[in-house]
Amino acid sequence: MPLSQASTGVGPDSLPGPVLQATALCKEVSSPEGRLTILDDVSFAVDGGASVAIVGPSGAGKSTLLSLLAGLDVPTSGTVRLCGVDLSTEDEDGRASVRARHVGFVFQSFHLLPSLTAIEQVMLPLELAGDGAARARAAAVLGEVGLAARLRHYPRQLSGGEQQRVAIARAFVTRPQVLFADEPTGNLDTATGALVADLLFGLNAAAGTTLVLVTHQAELAARCGQRLNLAGGRLVGP
Amino acid sequence: MSALRFALRAFWRDLRAGQLTVLIAALAIAVAAQCTVGFFTSRLARAMDQQSGELLAADLKLEAGRPLDPDDRYAGEARRRGISVARTLGFTSMVYARGQGQLASLRGVTAAYPLRGRVRLATEPFGPAHEVGTAPAVGEAWVDGRLLATLGLRVGDSVEIGVAHLRVGAVLDYRPDQGSGFADLSPTVLVGYDDLLATGLIQPGSRATWAELYAGDPGRVASFGAWLKATHDAGSRLVEAGEASAQLGSALSRSQRFLSLASLATIVLAAISVAITARRYATRHRDSAALLRCLGCSRRRVLALSALELSFAALLACGLGASLGFGAQALLAALVGQLLAGPLPPPTLTPVALAAATTALMMFGFALAPLLELKDTPPARVLSRNLEPARLRYGLPYVLALGALVAILFLLIGDTRLVSYAAGGLAAAGLVFFAAGLALVRVAALLRGSAGVAWRYGIANLARRRLASAMQIVAFGLGLTVLLLLLVVRRDLLGEWHRSLPANAPNHFLINIQPAEVAGVVSFFTAHGVASPVLYPWVRARLTDVNGTPVERLKLTGDRARGFAEREQNLSWSATLPADNRLVSGTWWGEQPSSEPSVSVASEYSEDLGIRPGDRMGFDVAGERIVATVANVRKVRWDSFRPNFFLLFRPGVLDAAAGTYMTSVYLSQAQRPALAEFVRRYPTVSVFDVDAILNQVRRVIDRAALGVESVSLFTILAGIVVLLAMVEASQDERRYESATLRTLGARRALVVGSVAVEFVSLGALAGLLAAATAELAHYSLSVRLFGLPYGADPWLWLLGPVAGAVLVGGAGMLAARRVVNSPPALVLRAG
Repeated sequence: MPLSQASTGVGPDSLPGPVLQATALCKEVSSPEGRLTILDDVSFAVDGGASVAIVGPSGAGKSTLLSLLAGLDVPTSGTVRLCGVDLSTEDEDGRASVRARHVGFVFQSFHLLPSLTAIEQVMLPLELAGDGAARARAAAVLGEVGLAARLRHYPRQLSGGEQQRVAIARAFVTRPQVLFADEPTGNLDTATGALVADLLFGLNAAAGTTLVLVTHQAELAARCGQRLNLAGGRLVGP
Repeated sequence: MSALRFALRAFWRDLRAGQLTVLIAALAIAVAAQCTVGFFTSRLARAMDQQSGELLAADLKLEAGRPLDPDDRYAGEARRRGISVARTLGFTSMVYARGQGQLASLRGVTAAYPLRGRVRLATEPFGPAHEVGTAPAVGEAWVDGRLLATLGLRVGDSVEIGVAHLRVGAVLDYRPDQGSGFADLSPTVLVGYDDLLATGLIQPGSRATWAELYAGDPGRVASFGAWLKATHDAGSRLVEAGEASAQLGSALSRSQRFLSLASLATIVLAAISVAITARRYATRHRDSAALLRCLGCSRRRVLALSALELSFAALLACGLGASLGFGAQALLAALVGQLLAGPLPPPTLTPVALAAATTALMMFGFALAPLLELKDTPPARVLSRNLEPARLRYGLPYVLALGALVAILFLLIGDTRLVSYAAGGLAAAGLVFFAAGLALVRVAALLRGSAGVAWRYGIANLARRRLASAMQIVAFGLGLTVLLLLLVVRRDLLGEWHRSLPANAPNHFLINIQPAEVAGVVSFFTAHGVASPVLYPWVRARLTDVNGTPVERLKLTGDRARGFAEREQNLSWSATLPADNRLVSGTWWGEQPSSEPSVSVASEYSEDLGIRPGDRMGFDVAGERIVATVANVRKVRWDSFRPNFFLLFRPGVLDAAAGTYMTSVYLSQAQRPALAEFVRRYPTVSVFDVDAILNQVRRVIDRAALGVESVSLFTILAGIVVLLAMVEASQDERRYESATLRTLGARRALVVGSVAVEFVSLGALAGLLAAATAELAHYSLSVRLFGLPYGADPWLWLLGPVAGAVLVGGAGMLAARRVVNSPPALVLRAG
């Protein structure tokens, strides 16, 4: 399929041109039954500042697509262009460097490090990038997500919603160009999920970040400007 | 932020969160055990050296057959280095009293004598003795009880030696350097050095031995010894402590080898702990590593961060362990100190440096591989937790581990033979364990349907993680092998010592018994309630030639070889191989006497003179030439305190030449006074009292045994750490499974039961393999390293599987109990 439903929902603050472009992406894996195709000829482009929902039933290849787009895995064939860099020309560490500079993540299971306090979680990407003012910036972002009073709490001392807000603060603290979110409200109750979603879209709008999220939830998908519908590893109509 | 600061923060956070506690504990206990062993054994070894120095009355002795060091060159240098010096002069001459003369060994000593050990004196012959810290005063002689009894003298009487008249100041009961050989057969008279010179008995050409004794701080003595070795003139001979006694020598070298083996065992166990805990660290940090890589960390940086973090943990563990070790050894030294005659020398810091180097090597060999895998954690694991890092190829983890182990062994033991045995054995055992483990797990899997749910689930777990189970069998098996081996070797060693020196070991040698006196001597002792002694004929002879080559033309290296060739030898004969002798090569002759001259030589004699069965040796026996064919070589247990001979003839060869007989008897304290009567009745028989030496050897052996016991204790402690590490590691593995099972409605008893089945089977399988390996290693160590007789040990085959099942099963159960005690909801939610 050539560029499907591409760049239909570009917001007013968006940067010109696609910030993320997938071309003819294929992913195959070995299984006891032989080669298994997870993704088949997936192509699309996302402009800067846009919000995109990747939707589809379980096993459609949503998480695999997300990991290819973020350079967490490599496609069997096809290319991904992220923030102007062709990921297929980069090795593992090159892709890591692109992520460090341009990408933020929010996960369904939060992925907070159990040994770090809330502020340390948020400082982590800044510290990795060598930011000298990590603590102050982390505290400020945690304030923005409403956790100013929880800076020294460990993950086990935080509720699910609070943990996800810490994860969102960690994702936004480096002002990434692209934010990938994997089922960001999947582990939360409806009310908390709605709060977290508001936060995510609010920060997306305020910072002009491109938001790419995988979700099962129709309401969340509906808030995105663009939908990529996956079924059986291929992009299908909305 | 630099990687160092980042890692330091990560270390501090993980430390605070308790994630490094077990690794640090494992390393710290390993270091503590190693330092304790190191501190303590170095102190004990030096104490043993000093103890053996007692047999020399010094740490170092220089002796010559002519006046020694006339210009004070050696003594001056020794004093300059802060080393104490004493002089002795010894020769044999007649001592007269009341018109009677008796041959005596005269020994003149300077005031500082003895530099090591104490002289013991009594007020009447064979009476109770007390220690003194001085040498005889001017004009005074301390005289052996036998001589006083023979001459009918008492303390206070006067004796005539050469032109001098000396007062008998005390009965000489014991002097530290009286030796246990037969060199000093005549009773001793100890006098002042100048008094002995004043007897006028020393003339140019007199046969006398001049000696200079040195003692002091071990380091100084060692460097002075090296200097002396390089500078002393050719006519003098340097004797070091440790060479002084064959009896002590063999006990000491065995105990030191055992301590080496025990410290090696501790290291192997500690390495297993490190391997388990480092793998657990890597497993627990996979999510973090994936997240860090997802956040843009390079693989090198992930490796650097984790390696630095573990290095901080190792450093902390080293510090903790060394302090703990220092405290523990001080405690041990205080306990041991009560049994020792003198204070233990202070510990050295070398063990800390060694422990630090060992820790670094352990971390490198056993923790690097999991970290190398950790750095390759796929970043996509953040989206899909079942993604795991690829295993390292080419068996790299095992190459690293074995390399580090060999390096550690060399570092700690330095004994190439021991290291190659141990490393080769461990590598071979590891491979065999792995293969056998796989096979056994397969067999066990066939039995999974044969019992209840717990059994089926437990065995299914074993079979499902086939490789991991086989690796666990390797780890537990090696650990159990080391512990079992230590147990049996320790038992053999202690048993051997107690056997070699039973409470009624002969404590008196009787020499110079005339053939006509044999029957009388035997009946004298049986009448006094002593077991009928066995008498050995005794002939003095000189070796003249080997295979027709005169001894003067033989190429000889070493003082002992020259002694064998040039000095008079004691010959005897026997129809049967003595009980404490073992045939090394050749065959023993039958019991029938034969005029065909055959001789059996001790292994030392055979090694030093290069003599083999079939060679022909010529002897001069009281002017008569005898040529005998070497029939066999014997390994003699010199520490048995029974009469033993380097050269034993076939009966019938020397019978005509038989001069005298000798024997050894055990006399209790109550039976000792009978000796005074014996000496009066048989004045020509020399009675040689080895009771003091026996007690000295017993004391050293008790020390060595205590050392062996305490070092074994630390090895067991290291084994417990392995189990603790295992409990922690297996807990992680089992939390989710247990939570899932319990969510599905399984009772706690079922979960605990299935874990019990899994671990008890694992432990029993590992124990069975360990028993087989320990038996093999036991054989090779007993025979080759310790020179002990080997006997197969059926208990090992029972103890191995049972200990394995109980220890590993117990540890598994402990882990399982903790696992089932945490609510399943919490575990599943923590994800």
